[in-house]
Amino acid sequence: MEMIKIDKKDWNKGLDRSRKTYRLVGPVKRAGEDLAGFYELADKEHPDMGAADTVLSAKSVVYPQTEVMFRYTTDKNSPDCNRLKRPAADYSPRAVIGIRPYDAAAILMLKKNFDTPDYRDPYWCDAYEACTFVGLAVDAPSSTDFSTSTGSGPFSEKGLDVLLVDMAGHYLAKVLTDKGAAYMKAAGWQRAADAKAAAQQIEKKKKAAEALIVSSVSFDKIARKSILDLYKADFWDDVAFSCINCGTCTYVCPTCWCFDIQDESKGKTGVRYKNWDSCMYPLFSLHGSGHNPRGTKTMRARQRFMHKLKYFLDKYDDGIMCVGCGRCVRSCPVNIDIRRVCELMNRYGPDPDACAV
Amino acid sequence: MQNPYEPYPVRIDEVTDATEDKSLKTFRFVFENPEDEEKFSYRAGQFAELSVTGLGEIPIGIASSPTEKGFVMFTVFRVGKVTSYLHNMTAGDLMGIRGPLGNCYPWDLLEGKNIVIIGGGFAFTTLRSSIVYMLDPANRPKFKDIHVIYGARNPGLLLYRDELYDWEQRDDIHMHITVDGTDDPDWKYNTGFVPTITEQKAPAADKDTYAIVCGPPIMIKFTLPVLETLGYPHDQIIMSLENRMKCGIGMCGRCNIGKELVCKDGPVFTLAQLNHTPREY
Ligand SMILES: Cc1cc2nc3c(=O)[nH]c(=O)nc-3n(C[C@H](O)[C@H](O)[C@H](O)COP(=O)(O)OP(=O)(O)OC[C@H]3O[C@@H](n4cnc5c(N)ncnc54)[C@H](O)[C@@H]3O)c2cc1C
Ligand code: SF4
Ligand code: SF4
Ligand code: FES
Repeated sequence: MEMIKIDKKDWNKGLDRSRKTYRLVGPVKRAGEDLAGFYELADKEHPDMGAADTVLSAKSVVYPQTEVMFRYTTDKNSPDCNRLKRPAADYSPRAVIGIRPYDAAAILMLKKNFDTPDYRDPYWCDAYEACTFVGLAVDAPSSTDFSTSTGSGPFSEKGLDVLLVDMAGHYLAKVLTDKGAAYMKAAGWQRAADAKAAAQQIEKKKKAAEALIVSSVSFDKIARKSILDLYKADFWDDVAFSCINCGTCTYVCPTCWCFDIQDESKGKTGVRYKNWDSCMYPLFSLHGSGHNPRGTKTMRARQRFMHKLKYFLDKYDDGIMCVGCGRCVRSCPVNIDIRRVCELMNRYGPDPDACAV
Repeated sequence: MQNPYEPYPVRIDEVTDATEDKSLKTFRFVFENPEDEEKFSYRAGQFAELSVTGLGEIPIGIASSPTEKGFVMFTVFRVGKVTSYLHNMTAGDLMGIRGPLGNCYPWDLLEGKNIVIIGGGFAFTTLRSSIVYMLDPANRPKFKDIHVIYGARNPGLLLYRDELYDWEQRDDIHMHITVDGTDDPDWKYNTGFVPTITEQKAPAADKDTYAIVCGPPIMIKFTLPVLETLGYPHDQIIMSLENRMKCGIGMCGRCNIGKELVCKDGPVFTLAQLNHTPREY
C-alpha cells in the first residue's frame, strides 16, 4: 500500500490538475444552507475540507434524490410514442473528495441492494463505477458518532480508494486501490512518504480519534432473537410515541435506500423519475384498495428500526444497516435515538447468552 | 445485463370485459419484437409490471399460461390511477410490460401431486394460468387429481366463465364453481361461500396433496381454518400475496413482510413460511 505526502500548498493545484480527467464532487456550502452538503464543484470551486459533517450524507453522489430514468412522448404522431428512452447521462470519472469514512462504508451497503446477482440497477451501478472515493479521516468525531461500534470508524478504509489524514501542514494519503492510484497520478501527487513512519503517525491519530467517540451500540444478541419476538416486543409504541413521521431520519441517512418511481408529464412529453422515498410515510405501503399493511406510525417506525437492525442483519449476515454517523439522532425533531432502540432490541427477552440454571 | 426498469414494448391485441359489471377487463398483449417474447419466458404464478407512460406502472399477475404462445394476458380490476386509464385503452395502443417478476408456484415440487386450487373473486388470474398449464396435454400426466374451488359473489362476476364451464365438462379436472347467491333459476353449480364449499368438496389431506389459495383477505381468513381442520399441513398450503409495489425487483424496499420481499422472494409463499414473518400484507 502506497503512502503519499501532499503538501497543503499543492492541494488546490492538484485538484485543479485532476479536473482534466475527473469531475470533482465535495462538501461545500450552497446558498440557503447552514452546513455543507456534497455537490459537484464548479470550475474554480474547492471542497471545504474543514467543514463539520454534512447534514445530508454523501449518498446523493451515486444515488441522487431525484433521477431521470426515462424520457417519453405521448404524441401519437411520433414513432416513439409511449416508448421509454433512457437519456444519456454523464458517467465520466468523478472523484468524491472529502467523503467521510462512514459514508463510504454506507455506499458499500447500498451496493448490496442495487448490484445483486439477479438484477443491477444501471443508474446506481453506472454512477458508482464512475466514482473514485477520496475520503478524509475524521479527527474530531461528533458527540453522536458511534461509527466504531458498527464496523466503520473515523479512520475506516471500507469503500474508499484513498484515505487522507490531515497532518496540519500536509495530508498523508493512503492509496488503497488502483482507482485511487490513478486519481493521485491525475492530481500529480506522487511524492512518496516514508511508509513506516506514515503508518505509525496515522495509527496514532486513529487511536486518538477513536478515543473521542463516547457512544456505541451493541447488537450481538439481536441475531439470535426471532424476528417475531422482536416484532411483537412491548416497546414499539413507546419508541414511536413522539415520532411525527416526518421522514427526516431516512433522508439524512447514508444507508437508507428506498425509492419511489413516478411519471411526470408536461403536455405530450414527460419523464419517469426515481425519487428517494421513506418508510415513515403512510403512502409508502398503501394499497389501491385503501388497506395499509403498515397503517399506524408505530408500525412504520418499527419497520425502520427492524429493517436496519434485524432484517438486514438476518438477510446478509454482515452487521446492521447503520454506520453510526449519528445524523438521524442529530436531525430528529423529537430526539428519537437509534442507539436507544438498538439497546432495547438487544436486551429484549431472555438473554441468549445467559446460562441455564 | 439489460436495464431491469425498461419495459418491452407491447401492443394491445384485444380488450374484453371480464365481468358483467365491467369492473374487470382482460387485456391480450402482443410483443412488438418477437425476440422479447422469448426473453419474457415465464411460469405460472409470476407477475409483470404493466407500464403506461405518463401514469406509471402496476404489478399484475400473468393470467395466460406459458403453454399459450404468441401473446400474454392480464385481467385488471379498475381501482385507481393506472388501472382506470388502462380500462380506457383500446386494441392497437402501444404500452410496455416488464418481467416476468417474482417466483412462481413451486411446479417442481407439485409434480406428481394432487392439486387443490381455491380461488375467490378476481384473484383467479394466476390460478387460470396454472390450470391451463396443468391441463396442457404435455403436462396433465405430471399431476394426479386436480380440484378447483372457485367462487364469486354472483355468476356475472366469475372470471373466465366460458373456460370454467368447459372445464366443468372434462373428466380430468374436478370443478366446484360456486356463487354467494344468485336469482338465476338455471344456475347449475354450487351456491355458498368458498370456505363452506371447501369444507364440503376439498379432498382429504394427504402427504401428496397441496392446496393453492388466492382470494380476498376475508376469504383467506375463513378458508385457512377449514384446511387446517381437514388436516392440511402448513407447508402444503400455498398462497400468493399482494403488497404495494414499485420496482418489482427487490430494490425500492416497500413490499417487504419482514426480511422477505413480496416482489422478489414472493409473491408465492407457503403458509409455513408466512408463519415466520410479521405478515404485513
Ligand atoms: C403480485 C401482484 C399481482 C397482482 N395481480 C393483479 C391482477 O391480476 N389483477 C388486478 O386487477 N390487480 C392485481 N394486483 C393489484 C394491482 O397491482 C393494484 O390494484 C394496482 O397497482 C392499482 O393501481 P392504480 O394505479 O389503479 O391504483 P392507485 O391507488 O392509483 O395506485 C397508485 C400506484 O400505487 C401502487 N399500488 C397501489 N395499490 C397496489 C397494490 N394492491 N399492489 C401493488 N401496487 C399497488 C402502484 O404502483 C400504483 O400504480 C396485483 C398486485 C400484486 C402485488
Ligand atoms: S426524524 Fe424523528 S420524528 Fe421524523 S420520522 Fe424520523 S424518528 Fe420520526
Ligand atoms: S441510521 Fe442514523 S446513525 Fe445509522 S447510518 Fe443512518 S443516519 Fe447514520
Ligand atoms: S416492489 Fe420494490 S422492493 Fe418490492
